Amino acid sequence: MRLDAAVAHPASPDLIVDIEPSSGLRPINLRELWTYRELLYFLAWRDVKVRYKQTVLGAAWAVLQPLLTMAVFAIFLGRLAHIASDGLPYPLFSFAGLVPWTYFATAVTSGAMSIVGSQQLISKVYFPRLIIPLAATVTPLVDFAIAMVMLVAMLLWYHVVPSAAIVWLPLLVVLAVATAFATSLWLSTLTVLYRDVRYIVAFLMQFWMFATPVAYPASLVPEQWRLLYGLNPMTGVVEGFRWALVGGPSPGPIVAASAVVVIAMLTAGLVFFRRAEGTFADVI
Amino acid sequence: MSDIAIRVEHLAKRYAIGAQVERYQTLRDTLSRFARSGFRRYGARGTGAHIWALDDVSFEIRKGQVVGIIGGNGAGKSTLLKILSRITTPTRGHARISGRVGSLLEVGTGFHPELTGRENIFLNGAILGMARREIARKFDAIVAFAEVDRFIDTAVKYYSSGMYVRLAFAVAAHLEPEILIVDEVLSVGDARFQQKCLGKLDDVAKAGRTVLFVTHNMAAVYRLATSTVWLNRGVVAAIGDPKTTIAKYLGGERRARYVAEHPSGRPQLLEAEVCDAAGRPASRVLNTDAVAVRLRYALPRRTPGTVVGIGVLSADGIPLFTSNTNDVSADVPDSAGEYEASVTIPPDVLLVGEYHVAVCIWDQAEIFDLQEPAISFAVEHGPSVLYANTDARKGFVHVPCTWNVGERMLTGRAG
Repeated sequence: MRLDAAVAHPASPDLIVDIEPSSGLRPINLRELWTYRELLYFLAWRDVKVRYKQTVLGAAWAVLQPLLTMAVFAIFLGRLAHIASDGLPYPLFSFAGLVPWTYFATAVTSGAMSIVGSQQLISKVYFPRLIIPLAATVTPLVDFAIAMVMLVAMLLWYHVVPSAAIVWLPLLVVLAVATAFATSLWLSTLTVLYRDVRYIVAFLMQFWMFATPVAYPASLVPEQWRLLYGLNPMTGVVEGFRWALVGGPSPGPIVAASAVVVIAMLTAGLVFFRRAEGTFADVI
Repeated sequence: MSDIAIRVEHLAKRYAIGAQVERYQTLRDTLSRFARSGFRRYGARGTGAHIWALDDVSFEIRKGQVVGIIGGNGAGKSTLLKILSRITTPTRGHARISGRVGSLLEVGTGFHPELTGRENIFLNGAILGMARREIARKFDAIVAFAEVDRFIDTAVKYYSSGMYVRLAFAVAAHLEPEILIVDEVLSVGDARFQQKCLGKLDDVAKAGRTVLFVTHNMAAVYRLATSTVWLNRGVVAAIGDPKTTIAKYLGGERRARYVAEHPSGRPQLLEAEVCDAAGRPASRVLNTDAVAVRLRYALPRRTPGTVVGIGVLSADGIPLFTSNTNDVSADVPDSAGEYEASVTIPPDVLLVGEYHVAVCIWDQAEIFDLQEPAISFAVEHGPSVLYANTDARKGFVHVPCTWNVGERMLTGRAG
């Protein structure tokens, strides 16, 4: 039996863990995070599986949600209000913005509740707590992938051929995940400390969507406000996403500004989360 | 590499009082406090009183030792396990653990009712820190141990509670850490399940691994532990071999009357005391007299199926016998209220010596309140024929057996 365990964990005999009071700036143990990658996978897998077992439409929701929003936007904003769409067909324009936005909104909403929702796990088992918001932000990528298929179908329908800019797409997805993760780090910790934060999240996401060029192009924003506008990292993600897939003006500097903001948010979020995580089990 | 598995130095943990009720805060409270007090650190909860659940605890555990942690309610046992399992951080102090830790503070943590048995085995295994390959390798053994093979692809929400617990325990039992930390998992499930838990702990101990476990079951400590730590109100009261430590623990706890400290909001024992033949509270009784244990308990709401029971333990904590209201099909009221129960041990049963009484209230599903030991008393020589010719008898109880002694019959049986 002992031999067995040693084979399964060849590195374990040297494993030494020091337990100390939590202080602000503990480095993140990346090696440990790596050993728990399977747990990340299982938590994400559980969430996908459970949702598809519990909902009648299952995967269809991933497409229906942005599709219905697009229909509403196309009718009220496109047809009635004649919002500009950088010369693209409005439905395609808004759907290309809604796909990354829907991912972000879903990821942040579940990310914000992730720690409080994992109360049972946190008070009974140890694992790097970062796994929880990470799983919550990674899981909606499944829906995102399904919605992407729908977006490709729309590109074919409108005979739009993506330019070479499409090579930037993976990086923009990484930027979207990083933004969602950074936001979730803040919101999930705040939700543990202050339970009313959860009510703010829904409002925050609504407000955030209007501050992001989902239903309208960034070119509508007056020149002198552009820089401030670019401080919203989702501006870079959505504009960049649209540019990479369906064309339009290059958002270069906005994406760069977004990336800088995300890195700052992520760093501060990690510090904040690490400070609080030691006592999650006591206050949750 | 040293042979120390766990070294604990000056470990302390502070909790805010009332933490059970208001552990988190609302933004409004913080904002108003912030507005009043200016730029003090936001969210600081320094206003209320606090308690030290652990206060300067130090000890060492060598590799391969099996350590039982004992102590009354609120002694800090669970807090200690939580810190060593890294679920929460200490307020002060330091601990160093050498080896892979598996901690079992609950069985079935993370089980999802919608998922099948098979899916939950993988999920739960991953949560407990097992690698996927490791789980796959042990899968058949886990299913066999849990005896659920026919239902392995059924969602666990359709499982009976027995099947559920068996499956959950089976996964945990196949965890093979170098250091195993176990909370009072032995108090859930039926007697057979508890035996299975104990048996598994025994196996783990025999395989040479380090085990740290919390229990109220002194017999389990005797059977399994090579060393015992007695925690009392957050400090180490005694540490050493099980026999001596348990004797100190039970002796130190000796009291004629038990009174609950705080209302728990659940069915609860409020008071327990030993009475002599005249019905007066007593800490010493004669072996020729009946002894009564009088209990007062509360049901905060209607609780059908409530059972009240006592256990009599020897001075070193071995259960001698138990008795409960089910044994005699007693009519136990189930509506909310406060009740009194009294159980009488007939005269000439307990031999001269020191005894402890555990009291418990439970229903089929769970133990609401267990105080072990709640009270202690001494039995002294009465004018008894049992002690007519000797001062000491072996054993703990006297059983009135029937004897037939006579001259050897020469006729009859030989036929």
